[in-house]
Amino acid sequence: MATIKSLDPRVARAELPTEPTEVVLNPEEQWETYEVFHQKKSGARHIHQGTVHAPSSELAYTFAKEQYGRRDQTYSIWVVKTSQVFTVENDNSLYKTVPEKQYRNAGFYKVRDKIEKFKRQMNEH
Amino acid sequence: MYGGGFIPDDIDKKVPVDQEDPVRLEEFQARIDAGEKIEPHDWMPHEYRRQLIRLIEQHAHSEIIGALPEGTWITRAPGFRRKLSLLAKVQDEVGHAQLLYNAAETLGKPREAMINDLLSGKSKYSNVFNYPAKTWADTAVIAWLIDAAAIVNQTTNAKGSYGPYCRALDRICQEESFHLFYGYESVVTLATGTEQQRAMVQEALTRWWKPIMHFHGPPDTSSVHGNQLERWKVKMASNDAMRQTFLNMYVPKIWELGLTVPDPDLKKNEETGQWEFGDPDWDEFWEVIKGNGPCNHERLQVRRKAEEDGRWVREALMARSGKQVLPLS
Ligand SMILES: [Fe+2]
Ligand SMILES: [Fe+2]
Repeated sequence: MATIKSLDPRVARAELPTEPTEVVLNPEEQWETYEVFHQKKSGARHIHQGTVHAPSSELAYTFAKEQYGRRDQTYSIWVVKTSQVFTVENDNSLYKTVPEKQYRNAGFYKVRDKIEKFKRQMNEH
Repeated sequence: MYGGGFIPDDIDKKVPVDQEDPVRLEEFQARIDAGEKIEPHDWMPHEYRRQLIRLIEQHAHSEIIGALPEGTWITRAPGFRRKLSLLAKVQDEVGHAQLLYNAAETLGKPREAMINDLLSGKSKYSNVFNYPAKTWADTAVIAWLIDAAAIVNQTTNAKGSYGPYCRALDRICQEESFHLFYGYESVVTLATGTEQQRAMVQEALTRWWKPIMHFHGPPDTSSVHGNQLERWKVKMASNDAMRQTFLNMYVPKIWELGLTVPDPDLKKNEETGQWEFGDPDWDEFWEVIKGNGPCNHERLQVRRKAEEDGRWVREALMARSGKQVLPLS
């Protein structure tokens, strides 16, 4: 069988056939996804970073450490199966009402005018 | 609904834009024009989805195949410090592939399907990785200039309209800056070293100049996808514009080291501010794309073997039946 002549000694040793080999992955062969949350230092929030493919929570955690914690500071990591995350898509019932809810913000409560008016009245007497 | 449940049917099927609901199409365009990002479950034209999958998937393949030419040199790196750096860089590239596959998956194509399309040759990856890294100096030139060219491309795309792709690219760009500085240091070490080292890095640069000029793709007149992708902020700059940015930033740095590139016509036109250069052999570019480059076949065979050899491990982990329970008596 003719094999690939490579400059890479490891590839040369593998004696790969010059004819294309057929390799086909099966559906879900690379497992399901987990969502990864990363906390930089104690006191910080966990922030969603992305996903990893894994066959179990333990391996998802191991892969997440490698993928999202290999460089910078890490205090802790959480992983959760994507299929366990509950959400309602395109739900804009929440933010449609934002303009009506000014009374939930500090800026809604204005007192300065009343105080100035009150002080003027006091001075007049 | 719970996450991960959305699979659009028949993602490969092409639906022309003029068959989309015009009202939704207009709203979609307005969001993009306003600088909003599109998220996975937002309505999007079929063609937007298809083109993004194609783009992000090929980007992912490029990262994973791009790890091969440099990976060749890990076991033979000159010294422990360089071995650590190269190992870390190559690991980053594989990590980039994972981030990008994840971004593409949000559009509905499973990772297995993308890898199958890579293995079968159906989907492409960056042309430059079909060339071999003949010496250590080639890895230095790749880490500096190929990564530099990739950074131009990636920082440009990071301003695009698709949220998950932008997020992946933000992270990737942060990591790339290490690659760039590591590559620059490696080239500078050789270029300021012995005569033999200088000759080595010059030869590597000469070998890689053509692929470097090919990196951002053919001149825009022959690009297949036009303005639609630019309006949707899928394509953020023309190939020529990105090539110009790259030349502007890096040719002076190459010349500063007393190195030359194998193109006597390369010069900056001071009037137009544009770099002019000779034909970087676009015929060869198309030949390599077709699969006839020096390493196309090797690259795919290596990937096929890796997938095949890893299969029993994946299966063994998959078969894991939960926690071991101790006998009661
Ligand atoms: Fe990369
Ligand atoms: Fe890189």
